[in-house]
Amino acid sequence: MSADLTKLTLKDALDGLDRKAFSSRELTDAFLAAIDAANPALNAYVVVTANKARAMADAADARRAKGEARPLDGAPLGIKDLFCTEGVRSTACSAVLGNFTPTYESTVTARLFGDGAVMLGKLNMDEFAMGSSNETSAFGPVVSPWRRGNDVAKLTPGGSSGGSAAAVAADLCLGATATDTGGSIRQPAAFTGTVGIKPTYGRCSRWGIVAFASSLDQAGPIAKTVEDSAILLRSMAGHDPKDSTSLPLETPDFAKACGRSVKGLRIGIPKEYRVDGMPAEIEALWRQGMAWLKDAGCEIVDISLPHTKYALPAYYIVAPAEASSNLARYDGMRFGARADGRDLTETYEKSRAQGFGREVQRRILIGTYVLSAGYYDAYYLRAQKVRQRIAQDFRDAYEKVDAILTPTAPSAAFGLGEKSGDPVQMYLNDIFTVTANLAGLPGISLPAALDSAGLPLGLQVIGRALDEETVFAVAGAVEKAAGYTAKPARWW
Amino acid sequence: MTALDVRTARKDQLIEGATGPWEVVIGMEVHAQVLSQSKLFSGASAAYGGAPNAHVSLVDAAMPGMLPVINRKCVEQAVRTGLGLNAQINLFSRFDRKNYFYPDLPQGYQISQYKEPIVGEGEIEVEVEGADPIIVRIERIHLEQDAGKSIHDLSPTETFVDLNRAGVALMEIVSRPDIRSAKEAAAYLTKLRAIVRALGTCDGNMDEGSMRADVNVSVRRPGEEFGTRCEIKNVNSMRFVAQAVEYEARRQIAILEEGGTIRQETRLFNATTGETRALRSKEDAPDYRYFPDPDLLPLVLDPAWVEAIRATLPELPDAKKKRFVEGYGLSAYDAGVLAGDAEAAAYYEEVAKGRDPKLAANWVTQELFGALNKLGRDLKDSPISAAQLGGLVALISDGTISGKIAKDVFAKMLETGEDPDVIVKREGLVQISDVGAIEAAIDALIAANADKVAEVREKPKAFGWWVGQAMKATGGKANPALVNEVLKKKLGV
Repeated sequence: MSADLTKLTLKDALDGLDRKAFSSRELTDAFLAAIDAANPALNAYVVVTANKARAMADAADARRAKGEARPLDGAPLGIKDLFCTEGVRSTACSAVLGNFTPTYESTVTARLFGDGAVMLGKLNMDEFAMGSSNETSAFGPVVSPWRRGNDVAKLTPGGSSGGSAAAVAADLCLGATATDTGGSIRQPAAFTGTVGIKPTYGRCSRWGIVAFASSLDQAGPIAKTVEDSAILLRSMAGHDPKDSTSLPLETPDFAKACGRSVKGLRIGIPKEYRVDGMPAEIEALWRQGMAWLKDAGCEIVDISLPHTKYALPAYYIVAPAEASSNLARYDGMRFGARADGRDLTETYEKSRAQGFGREVQRRILIGTYVLSAGYYDAYYLRAQKVRQRIAQDFRDAYEKVDAILTPTAPSAAFGLGEKSGDPVQMYLNDIFTVTANLAGLPGISLPAALDSAGLPLGLQVIGRALDEETVFAVAGAVEKAAGYTAKPARWW
Repeated sequence: MTALDVRTARKDQLIEGATGPWEVVIGMEVHAQVLSQSKLFSGASAAYGGAPNAHVSLVDAAMPGMLPVINRKCVEQAVRTGLGLNAQINLFSRFDRKNYFYPDLPQGYQISQYKEPIVGEGEIEVEVEGADPIIVRIERIHLEQDAGKSIHDLSPTETFVDLNRAGVALMEIVSRPDIRSAKEAAAYLTKLRAIVRALGTCDGNMDEGSMRADVNVSVRRPGEEFGTRCEIKNVNSMRFVAQAVEYEARRQIAILEEGGTIRQETRLFNATTGETRALRSKEDAPDYRYFPDPDLLPLVLDPAWVEAIRATLPELPDAKKKRFVEGYGLSAYDAGVLAGDAEAAAYYEEVAKGRDPKLAANWVTQELFGALNKLGRDLKDSPISAAQLGGLVALISDGTISGKIAKDVFAKMLETGEDPDVIVKREGLVQISDVGAIEAAIDALIAANADKVAEVREKPKAFGWWVGQAMKATGGKANPALVNEVLKKKLGV
């Protein structure tokens, strides 16, 4: 029975709990068993909170028995390790945080748990969310549940939310929290055949989420279906006075928008997203996506986002600059790991040299450099101007279209170790996703087909600021037309 | 002369060196702690003192994922201060991060305002004893976080950190280089303190570190371009400011007169020796990598809100001084002394209410302040209340006692805290204004000293002796004006 329960969508699981077909405790135990069986091979979870999960499940069952069920009551979720969780080790998968255990709960997880969700554990990720393959984690990479046919080579689930994506794909939770600074929700979702949405900047509070790049970071869910992602986002989003960049707005009922008609919507196809070296299969899938939407009554409109080519360079200035400052607090003084030196300077140097991995160090160095006196104008200020141009490109485009359709990533999942030696190759993974972060726009990735090797490919829908509802509607239409149901064959 | 260089020192302010006179040029950055319940970006208490690390929130300790949220009260206080300094209020301002590592700076950066401060240009008039007032222009005021405190002397091998102060709001008030002497520097700081105290935006307690100054000092030949400046950090009393300027100016002059050059550097003032010593040169200055704090939105103020704050401004020292001169007829100096201290001004106004304001001012500034000074007491601990001193002034004005007797009564009031009329009544000090009684006393005096009558007619200077004898005969209680009058008549002088 437990194997079946883990395969449910969030929506179906909540229905089952409502119908008393099973209890949250049974559902939770099924997931804990699945995690036990899979985690040695996949390394998706870095902390499993079995006791806490069972206690939360029991409490949810008790509420449901009294007829006081909450929107997510009893639904077991995985939590990306970037979220601070009260009493549960939270390290952003960095050695610099040691065994840091917060005394506080991030706003997003507090909202989910307030709505009754059950916490299964903390999910693996790239260190401080810096990476596109999950290989920078201090706990080792997550292994994707997907394989290229019978090839046993280990593939990446993508990053930085690789643990979240792998856990959802392998049915190790009903859904997961994730975060997206340059594509960290959408690229892993595309690589693992799952759905991930990065909402408009400011929808979800950043309070209690370990900061990478403050002006770009947004939390969002990774889930099995478009509707599941809408249900989760509704619980996660909402104004938080503790985050000055949180938007003081009501959160719409996103799930309602998922089945909404897309007839008459104008869908933009940006010509700049046709890049050299992109596999023909991805190009073909993109055209297929256009056809599906056309069939659903949309108008396909060719558009131009002329500053797209500057997005990646601008992103790799702005994000490291903010990170270099945000990560200054990991100095070994108050929490986390400290390596004592002969004097203060050496203690700083040793603590940070030993605590941060190579990719994080690389980005701190880049960020420190671009903010330095004499370079600030040439790099940071210029990148901010590019950012404004990119946002303006989108505003111009949304005069003509209602949403934009693009591929999510320029390739399917690649092998672990394949790109980790070449940061520029790795950074190119974000080429279609960073624009939405730079402009603060909502973007969703959903699986649309398998490539010839049997790996999932994703399409991305980018919407107007605050118009997640149209994004969900368009994604729902693509999901329905694609009829994507593939799951990784269980080998673990 | 550049726009920055608008003042030339008076001749008497120049420092005479071995090779000729030098002019000192001073600009100041004053860090004033904002009076507020909680810190600039967190809800932790901003109160002074408290057990170490008792006033520390998760945000102050820079725990992972913590975010700053601006404290409206601190913004209001900065605006209020800007209005009090006749300065431009910037409706759009921004917070930046100043990045550096130190254990008492948990975030690894200080949130400050670098390019776009909340308050722009203003100016204040500064009274300097024995000279005409000067105008000191304000360049800007910005809001920023204070750091915590590193304590190095509790252990030979460890440093302790107290974060109570970390994140408390400071206003950095930056002046133009318009100050030309140590005395003016101290006077500027005194005036600034009077204004922020009157505004209620900073308590001005320098010994608690609520106000500290970074003093920029350079010297030049009169009329020439500005010299290279040195910044003396964290000077925390009026006296030290004057000492530091004096020492630093002479140090720079000595170097220049020996043919040397001044290195631009940051220096520390040693209060024990009165000297300054180099901390770091400009070349060693850290690169703070300022950039706009992405955790905070730009600060946008509603003009109506600013006007509402303006409407609640109290009367400031300058306006008060003007009122004291015009309304009470006080001298500019007395008015300045009283108006410069909100407490003194309030005390004075209570003494003067319904009484002779000039007489009241004399009694407050001369007798009372003199006595308190001798006792080493503050006005708030004065043994004589304003109502009591007012009573004494009233007794003088209505002729009940003479000014001379009043001084004795004042001495007794200081000692016992009793009301003046109680003392006057008990001791029988009421002035004799009965002409008959005075005439009788003087008649007796003349009868006893008939030989001296002729003398006073020839030597008018001897009249003083007669007055003294007449007062003595009446136990000092006779009305001096009447004594004069009667004596003149009777002696025929």
